[in-house]
Amino acid sequence: MSIIVDANTRIVIQGITGRMATFHAREMREYGANVVAGTSPGKGGGEHAGVPVFNTVKDAAAKTGADAGIVFVPPPFAADALMEAADAGLRVCVCITDGIPAQDMMKVKRYMRTKRAERRMLLIGPNCAGVISPGRALMGIMPGHIYAPGPVGIISRSGTLGYEAASQLKAAGIGVSTSVGIGGDPINGSSFKDHLQAFEQDKDTAMVLLIGEIGGHQEAEAARFVRDHMHKKAAAYIAGLSAPRGRTMGHAGAIITASGESAAEKIEIMRECKIPVIERPSDFAPAIAKML
Amino acid sequence: MNIHEYQAKALLEEYGVPVPAGGLAYSPEQAAYRAKEIGGERWIVKAQIHSGARGKAGGVRLCASEREVWEAANDLLGRRLVTAQTAPRGKGVYRLYVEPAVACARELYMSMVLDRASERIVLAMSAEGGAEIEDLIKQNPAAVVRVIIDPAVGILAFQAREAAFACGLDAALISQAEHILLAAYRLFRDRDATLLETNPLVVTEDGRLLALDAKMTFDDNALFRHQKISELRDKSQEDPREMGAVDRGLSYVGLEGDIGCIVNGAGLAMATMDIIKLCGGEPANFLDIGGGASPERVAKAFRLVLADERVRVILVNIFAGINRCDWVAEGVVKAMSELDVGVPVVVRLSGTNAEKGAQILKESGVKVTVASTLAEAGEKAADAARQKTPAEN
Repeated sequence: MSIIVDANTRIVIQGITGRMATFHAREMREYGANVVAGTSPGKGGGEHAGVPVFNTVKDAAAKTGADAGIVFVPPPFAADALMEAADAGLRVCVCITDGIPAQDMMKVKRYMRTKRAERRMLLIGPNCAGVISPGRALMGIMPGHIYAPGPVGIISRSGTLGYEAASQLKAAGIGVSTSVGIGGDPINGSSFKDHLQAFEQDKDTAMVLLIGEIGGHQEAEAARFVRDHMHKKAAAYIAGLSAPRGRTMGHAGAIITASGESAAEKIEIMRECKIPVIERPSDFAPAIAKML
Repeated sequence: MNIHEYQAKALLEEYGVPVPAGGLAYSPEQAAYRAKEIGGERWIVKAQIHSGARGKAGGVRLCASEREVWEAANDLLGRRLVTAQTAPRGKGVYRLYVEPAVACARELYMSMVLDRASERIVLAMSAEGGAEIEDLIKQNPAAVVRVIIDPAVGILAFQAREAAFACGLDAALISQAEHILLAAYRLFRDRDATLLETNPLVVTEDGRLLALDAKMTFDDNALFRHQKISELRDKSQEDPREMGAVDRGLSYVGLEGDIGCIVNGAGLAMATMDIIKLCGGEPANFLDIGGGASPERVAKAFRLVLADERVRVILVNIFAGINRCDWVAEGVVKAMSELDVGVPVVVRLSGTNAEKGAQILKESGVKVTVASTLAEAGEKAADAARQKTPAEN
């Protein structure tokens, strides 16, 4: 078992005719992902990267049984693509696109709440690397060869830092059950906490590695979730200890946003919740090996 | 993207928020003429820089004659103002805004931000405004009223009234306050703002609400659909290094160290800075070249990093997913053959097409130090910086 995707997941690639989508459609299929369709409004009826292309996600789902989506649509149209996926009844959707306006994401999340909870799409990203369950399925842009199958679940805001961790683990002979990139945007579809819940249930996952960074409160929320609701162990790395404080105009940031957004504060919260913190980004493997 | 006070006030006025009648000046003569146009006996001359806390830094002057307006303008123009909200080098004053001095009965605070915790636009209002607002709210968190706005319906009239009543406004001012809050929200939403702050929002002695100051910041990701907002950009207010990066589609933050970093992904870029520090080095910058970086973009990143005179070593750290190591390697080769790099370059390539990338570097014959892991990259870069420094001193 793996969380989110497996070899049976039927994937539709939204915006499949783009350059990046074309490249990754091929990579995903080579990894064994079950890509069944693509969409590109106006180009329906043809074929691209070896799969049929449809005008709408609804068409693709009806004709091919697609139940999961991955979005490569450019930023101005990406939010619309996400809402289209949610409306077409996809179970899960990964959004690779970087640079979506924050208010568009606000709208997406508000729209998704109009669907009943049991039918609500799980959104991963935007601005993320996607999901990989090594040896089983890939719905993302990760280079598959840097992952080995194994017992460690990874949740990472940053895509490339997630790769870094996985490749260090592989070099030390440690594998990954599933790795999820949740994305670095201020407003994202699913948080550390959402995926921690799934990893806690997953029998193939023995422990979870959280890779966070400065900004936002999702790491703190995750730390409290691990402390209060998880039996499995977790370790964390927080990037940005050497990052300077951001300079913003006016007082509103300090007044509305609660504290706890710096790397040092997040590390403090992790420790308070008894989660071991990995101090050097080059030490993922020894730290995890000790905990397994 | 930040804009100036006078630009934010023009936007507020367009949406029906009352602001004082002011005028823009680029010279002392223009400032004095603006005062004459506005009329009255007392004026405020305000330095237009992308920062708050200007008053405490001497950027806001009260003047009692046209002569004084001229003198204040003459003193302020061309000066660099350092405030609590700017970098230590401050921001240059090239524009002034002249307004009539307004007799105020009381000052309030009002702001809206796009809050990532609630994933909503949040209104904050306080019965007391002014420069000390942050301290005030730290001492008494209950002094600020927060309203979380549902994007499906926008701010509702009753929410605006509740906030206004909570700030102790007289019944006679409630409908004005309601109008102002609804208008400010429409502006915020329509133009994809991330911050709107009026501090203070005042009650004048003749019983009107007026936005005496205004700050606005916009979502860079949404500028593609707001041509008029994009035109308000003032490059004189930006760090020239960071400005160059934005124009090249790169994300850059200048720091004080000597190891220039070229990395893909914000998280890995921060981790690279962290490892440099842990190895005893000092990063010169944060630079995320983003996904799908072409050889040209990598070469541009080299140019940007080398523009910083402090840089003594360059560390390229790429873990390619959507990127491709072969393209990055081509970019490194291109940069090193076209530019006079003159400093040691450490390159670490992993992920998609890493072998191809390594081969391109090897076959090109360019002189780079190859590192295979993050730890090795950090150590080699820090070593190179240490070796370079004493030799040049």
